[in-house]
Amino acid sequence: MQFFRQSLRSLLLTELVAGMIVTLRQLFKPAVTINYPYEKGPLGPRFRGEHALRRYPNGEERCIACKLCEAICPAQAILIEAEPRSDGSRRATRYDIDMTKCIYCGLCEEACPVDAIVEGPNFEFAAETREELFYNKEKLLANGDRWEHQISANLKTDAPYR
Amino acid sequence: MVDGSSIGFWAGYAWPVILIVLKVLAIVVPLLLLVAYMTLAERKIMAAMQMRLGPNVVGPLGIWQAFADGLKMICKETIIPTGSNKVVFLAAPLITFVLATLGWAVVPFDAGLVLADINVGVLFLFAISSLGVYGIIMAGWASNSRYPFLGALRSAAQMVSYEVSMGFVIITVLLAVGSLNLSDIVESQRNIWFFIPLFPMFIIFFISTLAETNRHPFDLPEAESELVAGYQVEYSAMTFGLFFVGEYANMFLMSAFTTVLFLGGWLPPFDIEPFTWIPGYIWFFLKVAFLLFVFVWIRATLPRYRYDQLMRLGWKVFLPFSLLWVVITAGALIIFDWLPGA
Amino acid sequence: MIVQTIVFYIFAGVTIGAAVMVVAARNPVHSVLFLILAFFNSAGLFVLMGAEFVAMILIIVYVGAVAVLFLFVVMMLDINFVELRQGFLQYLPIGGVIGLILMIELIMLLGAETVAIPKTLLATVPIPPIEDRTNTAAIGDVLYTKYIYAFQAAGMVLFTAMVGAIVLTLRERSGVRKQRISNQVSRRRAESVELKKVEPRDGL
Repeated sequence: MQFFRQSLRSLLLTELVAGMIVTLRQLFKPAVTINYPYEKGPLGPRFRGEHALRRYPNGEERCIACKLCEAICPAQAILIEAEPRSDGSRRATRYDIDMTKCIYCGLCEEACPVDAIVEGPNFEFAAETREELFYNKEKLLANGDRWEHQISANLKTDAPYR
Repeated sequence: MVDGSSIGFWAGYAWPVILIVLKVLAIVVPLLLLVAYMTLAERKIMAAMQMRLGPNVVGPLGIWQAFADGLKMICKETIIPTGSNKVVFLAAPLITFVLATLGWAVVPFDAGLVLADINVGVLFLFAISSLGVYGIIMAGWASNSRYPFLGALRSAAQMVSYEVSMGFVIITVLLAVGSLNLSDIVESQRNIWFFIPLFPMFIIFFISTLAETNRHPFDLPEAESELVAGYQVEYSAMTFGLFFVGEYANMFLMSAFTTVLFLGGWLPPFDIEPFTWIPGYIWFFLKVAFLLFVFVWIRATLPRYRYDQLMRLGWKVFLPFSLLWVVITAGALIIFDWLPGA
Repeated sequence: MIVQTIVFYIFAGVTIGAAVMVVAARNPVHSVLFLILAFFNSAGLFVLMGAEFVAMILIIVYVGAVAVLFLFVVMMLDINFVELRQGFLQYLPIGGVIGLILMIELIMLLGAETVAIPKTLLATVPIPPIEDRTNTAAIGDVLYTKYIYAFQAAGMVLFTAMVGAIVLTLRERSGVRKQRISNQVSRRRAESVELKKVEPRDGL
């Protein structure tokens, strides 16, 4: 009897049909993926994306060229040169991040005493050449101006847990 | 043809040739368009079955995706490996493509709507499908590379194996029809489509066509997880594109073959009013489309066979089973005196 | 008619050219490919004669199956064909003589046909007009009636050859672990899975 049932089952391809029905049912279910370039998934406030140099609300750049980020960077992607400015304050004359070296660990962000260097929410900065990924101070400051709204909101949300 | 001199060049030779060329174009151009959209449909259906979205960026709902892909292939560089056998290397994709379109010459789309209504249409299609292996085997050998060669060997063994049981399935149908003409085969299904009385043979034939077109779950010649892409490894740009188009056109051809043999070709499911309003070629197209959907459906469902399992299925399961059914069918036809013609 | 004549000469010419290349080609795989080309063109010749059934069978059997296996074997074999070709000239006289004999026989046969051949010898079964009977049916008519014994005998010979090939290559090896698919498939949950309550720190 068992043999009979077994041979009938393999002859009628029941297992195959069962599998096919599963996929057919899936056909009519809505997609679970998002339509990426038009829809994006939610990002946490701690998301570590493209770097940015922030400014104070009065427009003064925050970075004091303390080089703590340069020191802590495990990938040695940051290069800083500092000189006193005309008003005597210490500022970076050069602030380069090699984005091709960066591992997005967020240690620079944590090391910064003045919340100047941050990793913003932007993750769509792919470029066609390597040179475009060697960020300098202007680029980083421009990023900061561009993303300041979200960066400050994120920092505020995350502040109680820091 | 009567005496050539009395007819004249134009009426006798030129016009028939032009007419035939136009007819060929009328078949091949829509076929290629359908092939282009088959790739899109496949991606869409697979995406839906895997709960993804599928291509939707190029044009509304991604309808220009097929053309974007085609354009990309044309624009890329055709690479011919230095160690390859150049003539054979370039001939292989051409052969695949030409064979896949050649078979359409005998496929009847509707009553009388066929390019060449030859008496041995079934044998012609069978021959075309069995020749498909040459494109692959030549590509594999001419590439002068390991993976393509392995893919070619697999393909050759696979196609020869499954042709045997396919031949037996065709024989059962021919027994029930009594003619090798494809239009006659369709006409004799007016009362009942053959897939009902010959259901096991229909299943065997369909699975064999999967193996014959190197489709999942029998796509061992191009198994990407072990042979990278099998015989296509060394091909790029339009040489690859011809393989691709040829393979899909072959799927269409085999689906059309199955439709003619088992699903009643252009006949409507019931020979009554609302069904007969729809023209025959629409029915034919719908049936082919359904079979192609099953091709994709199976691809989305089943994992790839192991090679020895494939051979076991072909030789140890399908061959004896189809042979048995030939005997049973012939016996039933004799006993109940249903033999056609004679 | 003139078109048919032209097509005939194209087919015939390509057949002969391909056949010569089968022998002359340096690369054995090319030889097989030329052989396939020759098969195709002879199929074309059959179609021109109105024997489409034979043409299709030629393609299915020879091109679709036999030549594939040929190609398979030739591609797999690692023989130095240049070395094999060394003795070509040595065998040329014998080969030439055999070819000559065959050609003379053919000429004699064709000559005899044009001279006189008793009609009774050719067609004892009346041949129906070509419009009534497709040549598939016509072949079936004589193959399964007049030539049934010859047909069956041919089948038996092939069958014997097949059995012989299997007997020669089949070897039983003992102690080989093989996959038994029927056993695997017919395994049931009840006989292969055993649920046990495992006490903590106790083990099984």
